[in-house]
Amino acid sequence: MADKAFENQTGDYQHRPPRGIRIGRGMLTMHGLMSYVFLYAPILILLVFSFNASRFASGTWRGFTLRWYLELFNNEALGDALKNSLYVGGVSTLLSTIFGTMVALVMERYKFWGKLAFDALLYLPIIIPDIAMAVMLLLFFVLAHMPLGRYTIIISHIAFNISFVAVVVRARLAQFDITLEEAAQDLYANNWQTFRRVTLPLLMPGIMGGALLAFTLSLDDFVITFFTAGVGATTLPLRIYSMVKLGVTPEINALSAVMLVASFILVILSFLIQKGGGTKVDLV
Amino acid sequence: MATSHSRHKWRVLFLIFPSLFWLIVFFLIPLLLVFAISFGQRGTYGGVEWDLTISNYFRFFDPRDPLYLRIFGRTLYIAFITTIVSLLIGYPMAFWIASRPPESRSSLLLLLMVPFWTNFLVRTYAWILILRDQGLINTIWTGTLHGWLISLSQVLPGLPLEGLIHLTTNPLPLFGTDLAIIIGLVYGWLPDMVLPCYAAIERFDFSLVEAAQDLYANRVQAFLRVILPLTLPGIVAGSILVFIPSLGAYITPDLLGGAKSVMIGNVIYSQFMSARDYPFGSAVSFVLMALMLVGTLLYFRLAVDSGKGESDGGQGI
Amino acid sequence: MKKMLILLVILVAILSLSACKGAGGQQELATELHLFNWTEYMNPEVLSDFEAEFGVKVIEDTFSSNEELLAKLQAGATGYDVIVPSDYMVDIMIQEGLLAELNKDNIPNLVNLSQTFKNPPYDPGLVHCVPYQWGTTGIGYNSDEFEDPPDSWAYLFDPAVASLYAGKITMLNDSRESIGAALKYLGYSLNTTNEAQLNEARDLLIQQKQWVFSYDSDQYEDLIAADETVMAHGWSGDFFMAAVEDERIWYSIPKEGAVVWADNMCIPVSSKNKYTAEVFLNYILRPEVAAKITNFTWYASPVAAANEFIDPEILEEPAIYPPPEVFERLEWLEDVGEATPIYERIWTEVKAAGP
Repeated sequence: MADKAFENQTGDYQHRPPRGIRIGRGMLTMHGLMSYVFLYAPILILLVFSFNASRFASGTWRGFTLRWYLELFNNEALGDALKNSLYVGGVSTLLSTIFGTMVALVMERYKFWGKLAFDALLYLPIIIPDIAMAVMLLLFFVLAHMPLGRYTIIISHIAFNISFVAVVVRARLAQFDITLEEAAQDLYANNWQTFRRVTLPLLMPGIMGGALLAFTLSLDDFVITFFTAGVGATTLPLRIYSMVKLGVTPEINALSAVMLVASFILVILSFLIQKGGGTKVDLV
Repeated sequence: MATSHSRHKWRVLFLIFPSLFWLIVFFLIPLLLVFAISFGQRGTYGGVEWDLTISNYFRFFDPRDPLYLRIFGRTLYIAFITTIVSLLIGYPMAFWIASRPPESRSSLLLLLMVPFWTNFLVRTYAWILILRDQGLINTIWTGTLHGWLISLSQVLPGLPLEGLIHLTTNPLPLFGTDLAIIIGLVYGWLPDMVLPCYAAIERFDFSLVEAAQDLYANRVQAFLRVILPLTLPGIVAGSILVFIPSLGAYITPDLLGGAKSVMIGNVIYSQFMSARDYPFGSAVSFVLMALMLVGTLLYFRLAVDSGKGESDGGQGI
Repeated sequence: MKKMLILLVILVAILSLSACKGAGGQQELATELHLFNWTEYMNPEVLSDFEAEFGVKVIEDTFSSNEELLAKLQAGATGYDVIVPSDYMVDIMIQEGLLAELNKDNIPNLVNLSQTFKNPPYDPGLVHCVPYQWGTTGIGYNSDEFEDPPDSWAYLFDPAVASLYAGKITMLNDSRESIGAALKYLGYSLNTTNEAQLNEARDLLIQQKQWVFSYDSDQYEDLIAADETVMAHGWSGDFFMAAVEDERIWYSIPKEGAVVWADNMCIPVSSKNKYTAEVFLNYILRPEVAAKITNFTWYASPVAAANEFIDPEILEEPAIYPPPEVFERLEWLEDVGEATPIYERIWTEVKAAGP
């Protein structure tokens, strides 16, 4: 147990496949690179065509233009949708991260009656396909006479995000070194102090990872949101769906480009914060 | 934990309460609701009539009229192929990332995720642009490639290029096929395969492989008998995370399959949105969930049994 | 003390006045109106003009099928003030009690409608809805590829003809429309509940599938423009809008007959701004406004008085405003009630068929 903790913190000297293992080393690298090309090809195509002067998002190249970006920024409906998405994402991420972390602590640290059953329940939202969950939530809201709106979306998102956050935090907890907490208690810290000053900081990367996952899932969710959204609760994916139904104009390409750039900026920012912060943060 | 029993109980209750509440009210109860409604009947205008019957399930499983069973079979087939393909692509990819120096690893993982912060629908549309007859691949196939082949055959008339030239005159039928659906699904769920595999591979202790080689194992044996079994938990997790959404997919077959292929997700969607046959839709939904549950449990059982090796292998030697 | 009292009275007066306004009272205009419409079906200028004149901001959400609209309403989505269901869906919604009855006093412009639309079969006497746009469902095509315009369903269903365009035709991803097209080709009613006839239609569709590029209700006109396809089963206005950018595209109503449909603006019972909604409905019945809408969507307007303001190219196109002989062969889609699952099942069978 202690060995593992040691390894993870000093760098992965032990973990790199030794040079002796050349499982077609060249082939592996080729495969890795080609896979990334596969991942980025559609994105690059979207990007390139966002500057195409043709109305049809896929047509022949008809010249360079920034028109679609202009239309994008003037698109009020899209702006509203983005606000909705961020609001829904923010609230549901906050709540599901808190609930998920709490439940992860319970599951990894304590025993209680019905734990196994609850464990199964906790995993269920992960194994259920989107559409099944979407229809059951819809039915529930209808029969409970709850009007559909932003809050039904938030409720639905929390319902699946708790499990995802819990999984991530639990993985982190499993690797946690209990001796650190015991050491704190030896130094006369009570339970709350131990939690706040030892457990929580060490758990933070896991919690952040869970929160990031929850936010991503909420922001990109289409199926469940589609079934449970109400008036004026159009989120970004739903709005994009309507735009796409309209006929894919390059405005959508421009939107993807913007989203991509925004993600990249976020990633770079998080790196800078990490470097500045000093502690090496595990992302997985 | 050295705490008194009653404080322990309150703490557990406090920590577990919000999640318990949420999962019971907004998950378990809806689930039971779906189960209950699946025994109802469709009203004339699409409501639910509480005329309890098991006919919805009969309709789904009817051997004399296996329409839905066929669809289900096809869905399983597509999901299965998708999982295998993403494993074949994703596992080596994870392996490669794990073999990079530590600094590049985080960047590579992030680079893996970034495309998925654009929107799912838009990415699917991008694939339509790539796959269809006038799309990227076919423009190259019938245009550039075709042109090259022709020039080549003129320059070197000896080469047997007839067949290839003929082949490249017509576009490849990529769009609207099961192949397109599989490509779309693999693309969409690849990170879900790569990340768990990576987590398992990263934790793997490669000194075990050296030990195996000391015992005269060759590379293939080392892989099959040491690496693979010990990274199996990652493979299992990744497979589940890919198989399940593939099973419930309905947008991908609609868009990339040209709506010519019905998967079980489409059936559920149309029952709720077009036919407004909530009871039948609930029945289909429930069958899907039940299958998933059973399948996952079985898979976990298998994984736990073979994964027992990990606790020995990681610390034994 | 007196000053305080006066201040208090004024304060109370102001508060009660604003409370009155806030309740969106009986004859007060609300500040916002929620419109739930099909995509690209409303000229944005009309909405901004309405706001400029009445001070009411119209917020538009969109849906892409009648069933989606119904599902949302049945699921209790309140907050929409104006919705735009198609004819047969109006029928269903009336049965389900989802639509409010119109207060005709607030909609004097109803007189502007043409005779047909003052008394449509799905909402006799216009108790609940105001007709918005109407059109037909037929065949759109790339005129470069056809010597004669495809004016018969045979182009899509007859093996001798359709196979020539294999892989280059699309059909609507809509059970009623596509099954309806097959039924029309076979000479039956679009609203038949006769199982034998429906099975014939199903077999026809399954046979057709091998030549179909995709079932598409959104982009079929774009596919023609991109040269992916040459023929598409679709709604009239979409082709004409595409024709503005790509002149090769045109549309024809098949001679065996086709679907005539009308979309209507109605007010859900759950709307809290009924009066404002009625003012809006009255507004779009103004001849100039109706014309503005039609000039944007290229669908026909039910407002007869709008004809003088409509673009002559639109008015004279027989595929948009069919002459009486053609109109006779058009059929309205009606709700088939208990037979709905049969249609759905056939559609599933068609989709599931094949390699």
